[in-house]
Amino acid sequence: MDIKTKYLGLELKNPIVPSASPLTEDKDVAKALEDAGAAALVVHSLFEEQITSDTEELDHFLSFGTESFAEATSYFPEPTEFKLGPEEYLNHIATLKDTVEIPVIGSINGVSAGGWVKYAKEIEEAGADALELNIYYVPTSTELTGEEVENMYVETLKAVKENLEIPVAVKLGPFFSSMANMAKKLDDAGADALVLFNRFYQPDFDLENLEVIPNIQLSSNWELRLPLRWIAILYGKVKADLAATSGVQSHTDVLKVMMAGGKVAMIASELLRKGPGRISEILDDLKLWMEEHEYESIEQMQGSLSMRSVANPAAFERANYMKTLNSFRQPLI
Amino acid sequence: MERKKITIDGNEAAARVAFKLSEVIAIYPITPSSPMGEASDAWSAEGKKNIWGTVPSVTEMQSEGGASGAVHGSLQAGALTTTFTASQGLLLMIPNMHKIAGELTPTVFHVSARSLAAQALSIFGDHSDVMQVRPTGFGLMASGSVQEVHDLAAITHKASLESRVPFVHFFDGFRTSHEIQKIEELTDDDLKELIDDSYVHAHRERAMNPDKPVLRGSSQNPDVYFQGRETVNKYYNAAPEIVQKAMDKFAEITGRHYHLFDYYGAPDAKRVVILMGSGTETAEETVAYMTEKMEEKVGVIKVRLYRPFSAKHLLEALPKTVEKIAVLDRTKEPGSLGEPLYLDVQSAVIEAMTSENPPFEKTPIIVGGRYGLSSKEFTPAMVKAVFDNLKQDHPKNHFTVGIYDDVTFTSLDFDKNFIIEDEQATKCMFYGLGSDGTVGANKNSIKIIGGETDNYTQGYFVYDSKKSGSTTVSHLRFGKNPIKSTYLVQQADFVGCHQFVLLENFDVLGNIKEGGTFLLNSPYPKDEVWDKLPKKVQQQIIDKKLDFYVIDAYKVAKDTGMGARINTIMQTCFFAISGILEKDEAIAKIKNAIEKTYGKKGEEIVRKNFNAVDQSLANLYKIDYGNEVTSQIELPPVVSPKAPEFVKDVLAELIAGRGDDVPVSKMPEDGTFPTGTAMWEKRNVALEVPVWEPDLCIQCNKCVIACPHAAIRAKVYDEEYTKNAPETFKWMPARGKKDAGKVYTIQVAVEDCTGCSLCVEVCPAKDKTNPSRKSINMAPQIPLREKERENFEFFLNLPEYDRTQIKIDSVAESQLLQPLFEFSGACPGCGETPYVKLVSQLFGDRAVIANATGCSSIYGGNLPTTPWTFNKEGRGPTWNNSLFEDNAEFGLGMRLAIDRETEYARELLSELKDEIGAELVEAILTAPQVTETDIKEQRERVEQLNDKLKTLSNPRAKELLTVSSYLVKRSVWIMGGDGWAYDIGYGGLDHVLASGKNVNILVLDTEVYSNTGGQQSKATGLGAVAKFAAAGRPLPKKDLGRMAMTYGNVYVAQIAMGASDIQSLRAIIEAEHYDGPSIIIAYSHCIAHGYDLAKGFEQQKLAVDSGYWPLYRYNPENIKKGKNPLKLDYKGPKIPLEDYIYNETRYKMLTKANPERAKKLLADAQEHVNEMWKIYSHMASMDYSHFLEKQEDNN
Repeated sequence: MDIKTKYLGLELKNPIVPSASPLTEDKDVAKALEDAGAAALVVHSLFEEQITSDTEELDHFLSFGTESFAEATSYFPEPTEFKLGPEEYLNHIATLKDTVEIPVIGSINGVSAGGWVKYAKEIEEAGADALELNIYYVPTSTELTGEEVENMYVETLKAVKENLEIPVAVKLGPFFSSMANMAKKLDDAGADALVLFNRFYQPDFDLENLEVIPNIQLSSNWELRLPLRWIAILYGKVKADLAATSGVQSHTDVLKVMMAGGKVAMIASELLRKGPGRISEILDDLKLWMEEHEYESIEQMQGSLSMRSVANPAAFERANYMKTLNSFRQPLI
Repeated sequence: MERKKITIDGNEAAARVAFKLSEVIAIYPITPSSPMGEASDAWSAEGKKNIWGTVPSVTEMQSEGGASGAVHGSLQAGALTTTFTASQGLLLMIPNMHKIAGELTPTVFHVSARSLAAQALSIFGDHSDVMQVRPTGFGLMASGSVQEVHDLAAITHKASLESRVPFVHFFDGFRTSHEIQKIEELTDDDLKELIDDSYVHAHRERAMNPDKPVLRGSSQNPDVYFQGRETVNKYYNAAPEIVQKAMDKFAEITGRHYHLFDYYGAPDAKRVVILMGSGTETAEETVAYMTEKMEEKVGVIKVRLYRPFSAKHLLEALPKTVEKIAVLDRTKEPGSLGEPLYLDVQSAVIEAMTSENPPFEKTPIIVGGRYGLSSKEFTPAMVKAVFDNLKQDHPKNHFTVGIYDDVTFTSLDFDKNFIIEDEQATKCMFYGLGSDGTVGANKNSIKIIGGETDNYTQGYFVYDSKKSGSTTVSHLRFGKNPIKSTYLVQQADFVGCHQFVLLENFDVLGNIKEGGTFLLNSPYPKDEVWDKLPKKVQQQIIDKKLDFYVIDAYKVAKDTGMGARINTIMQTCFFAISGILEKDEAIAKIKNAIEKTYGKKGEEIVRKNFNAVDQSLANLYKIDYGNEVTSQIELPPVVSPKAPEFVKDVLAELIAGRGDDVPVSKMPEDGTFPTGTAMWEKRNVALEVPVWEPDLCIQCNKCVIACPHAAIRAKVYDEEYTKNAPETFKWMPARGKKDAGKVYTIQVAVEDCTGCSLCVEVCPAKDKTNPSRKSINMAPQIPLREKERENFEFFLNLPEYDRTQIKIDSVAESQLLQPLFEFSGACPGCGETPYVKLVSQLFGDRAVIANATGCSSIYGGNLPTTPWTFNKEGRGPTWNNSLFEDNAEFGLGMRLAIDRETEYARELLSELKDEIGAELVEAILTAPQVTETDIKEQRERVEQLNDKLKTLSNPRAKELLTVSSYLVKRSVWIMGGDGWAYDIGYGGLDHVLASGKNVNILVLDTEVYSNTGGQQSKATGLGAVAKFAAAGRPLPKKDLGRMAMTYGNVYVAQIAMGASDIQSLRAIIEAEHYDGPSIIIAYSHCIAHGYDLAKGFEQQKLAVDSGYWPLYRYNPENIKKGKNPLKLDYKGPKIPLEDYIYNETRYKMLTKANPERAKKLLADAQEHVNEMWKIYSHMASMDYSHFLEKQEDNN
């Protein structure tokens, strides 16, 4: 049985790829992921904003209160160098490359135009096999049009692509007026893959203290529906490979992603809950299922339930909405 | 050979050489020598090598006594060893110094000479400390400038190795240790050529070695000790020549030729001044002027080698024509015939004149005088006054110069207008706040000018003694000639005022010369600025025809993302208009310096600074002013006219920066000062202050307990008082049945607030419609100042709540107690002062306080004013600071005295029972004195007693009157930081805990030596970066509380007000009530932790929630009740440690400097925290019921 797949031009031994998460921050965990069967690794994101704010914070607090008082003209020893910015991340990529044999995909979340390109280039130089652009952007300005936002995505991608030789994936959120058109624009701009979808961390409220608090929830299984639908819609309409992320928890989820047209199913929350060993369980279940259902290869099923291939394409459109509502109502009657 | 020129300060000049010529360095922080240890520690951590190619090891000890012990051991075991110290630190080394010298062991101690604590402590420079080590057998070598420090350090190391005489190499604290000069750097090759390795090998050969065992440190008896003592003579006899040869060798290498005594002046001088240290530079400058411009026959002898004292060399150096000599000592020995150098010179000359070959035809007249104590300015005018004195037929002897002594009339008059600064040099002064980066920018400018031009440079910086809103004055000189003016700038070509408000507080233009340039950072547009200047300043600008430039640096900083940092902007303006460098060249150099300074902190920081440079020029304006003074703005009085006479007469002069003019007669004779003076020093340092919104207030008083400066107060009082309230004064109905019908006010002292906003952070009351609005919110201070000043005064005059009616163990009610510690100079948001203030509220009116040296002694007792104050009855804490190392013992001594005097009073009381009346005597003797009511009643009884005693003729009654006040219970508090409690004072603290006496020890634990700039102590947490722990501390902090618990009879509490104010409050009360030793370890967030201290209380909570800072109370009283004495007031680790520690730069910076090590230390620290919880929870769950059974059995 052949469960290989091809993603970003890379030959992968199976379609399960741990997505960017704290799991890959530790090289031992990364190794465990590989041992459990992960086909590639997406490294946690390098946040340009974090680098900038760390730099500013360090500069501020190392100099705060200095040269004010004769007995204490400073409060900290100053090392001759700091590893402020991407060095640590880049070293980590290099370490991972030394630790695992599977492809290592870097990930970056930039802010400034210069930052995206600079750090992307450095990640490439550090040895990453591919790069994922994690475009996390919440347009809160009432003056910013949808088109401007879309252009920002496209321009960022173009700038990075121009400077990089390794393949580039774009991880994006679903909140576009015309998702398909957006995907097409990115495809035209040279995206080698689209990773659907970024989960925007949505803050919560603390009612006791009347505060807005950051609150990260692991994904749940139902969240897979959205990427699944859009992969199925986009399959065959874009050249870029498609990958699903959010809500993948079991072999059936992986199968669904494949049948929708995905090249890989990315997984994180499930691994954070159950540990790296979960991959081997899913792979075993996957193979068993394929055996039972007499599938020969993953390739065979990829896109089989996409909008292009499915018997009732309207299921992905409005009719599907109608049907869903009806199916929901029925039990009540 | 052309050597590299470097621009460094005296400490670095010494440390560079010491590091290169040592293998082991043992250190301990003390001002002003700490930077030598810090630099050595950093170099060692970086792997820098000495001239033999190995990295010296640097070890911090628990005290200077410990450091000298380690030095002694290291020397004995064969390593080339050094240390750095000053002042009391050097005193603690004396016992070992006798040993080291007695054993003829070569070493050099580098000392930035500093005053000793006598009537008061002083961190500043003089020779009081080094004079104390004259009898130790150490040689003494004096340097007068930064170059000399560098050079003589090397010469001294060589001379010590060759002579086997150990040496102290000293230079003046601050004046030289902190003065920045451009000097020629000694290379490794220079040092290798200088040092003869055979002497190094000989030193190792003498080391203790089990392969050829010896015994040193024997005990000798009357038969031979004396002879043994005399064996060293030949080494001391030979030493001066060895030193001179080392100087000669040094001259061969570098071309700079020193002598044991260097003479400068007229070859046929009749009047000569002899002195050592930085004053020699000013003396030389003055002699040059007097001989060249005034044709006077004068000269100066600069003493380099003071011990062993070579009379021969001194006499050779003196011109044969000398008739009169003035010897200047920078120290004081009360009761002596004269100060040491004077006596030495007298002896040398008189011995020679009575010898067979007298060196002079006629015995010169020799007088001695004191100058420059505690870095008192020593100017050419003073040098001239000394020479003028020598013109007299009978020159004044035992004089002082630089002060006005109107009591014993020792002082020489001097002409302040005698100014001889090099006219070719550019002299600049900059007034700024510590927080605005003025000093840093100036240090940078000096380096640019020193490094990029052939100018000589000098920078010296004056800081005030406050830690919040402190003012800095920078004094810079640049010029083609070497700069020998070791005194402040007297006539400035350029004055920069980086804060508009300072125009009101200081005579900023007092020293600018006619036609000079004045740069002002002004918040007002260029068209309005002239009219906003005070009248006096306008007049000065017109009279002196100044070039006047302004920039709104804060606006430029804001626009360029620099926040509130204006250093780069003001520096750019300085270069743009001072003409020291060509403008474009200067800008390029600044950018280059920015790259160097900030490059390691990331590109963004560099970019912002570049942008700020460019924008500065675009916003710099020259102001055209007419000839008219248009301003009506008069300078406000320094203190209120309502202030007490002493405050107006003396302290106000200090506040205004005119302390140098205070005569001797105005100073207290024995170091005794009134308390309650900080209230008169209205500093107005906050840009924003809290404003109370009664509509939201729940009267919890958390803002009041949290305020580090007692600048936010609560009162409950009868509503009728509001009738005369000022228009904007606020109040609301008081909550609670007890206060029904009364009203409640929160009042802010806006002129005393430092704007830390801790109160806003702790305020729990939020507006339900707009949660960003709380019951306390920050607002700009200036618009509120006038009204709130009036409101605060009205508030202070409202009656205090009756102490006997307050439930003191409630946070809200306790905060109605008047704070007797207010408006200190501590950092904004200080984590220590809320505890200190709380103690003052609870027990201040009967507190006797022993305060260890450190932050708390500085914000508590540094002139001009003190935050310790008194209540309407005139009662309040009485406070004293002895030393750093002995505070627990100092406090115990107070307890012993109080106990003794109390017992004596009780004995007398019993003795006079019949005359006084049995009932009163009995009531006094049996009074419980626990609650406020008890205390109040006892005070009334003692008053009654005193009245009665005054009517009795029995002399024993008079005797009782002198001690009757002891019959009211006193509360002894021993306070200090962790450097004292965990390290230097631990031995004493331990002993005091073991004494069983009723003392209360409050450890303000900031986990570093905060006052000296954040060196690690044994309280520093695992993984934290601190000075002397540049690589991150690898070991957990000492568990002082658990160690104290082992005694079983000590009350121990660990508290963190931000995590639980009620637990802090209860612990402090329980500790005070416990009739035995108590220790409270209080988590004190600190500027040295590196985060916004407004979040201090939040961090304290995280420290507790992570399990890092266990909250507990160990009360031995419970043992008697069969209960476990340990009560945990926390629930173990609830959050990961990293959620707490990585909010702080001290921990986080390690993740940026050494991520791998940071990771390991974090894991170790987390494990330790988990382990601590296991230990504590186990201890707290132990069964103590058998103690009860035992007690019952005994009964």
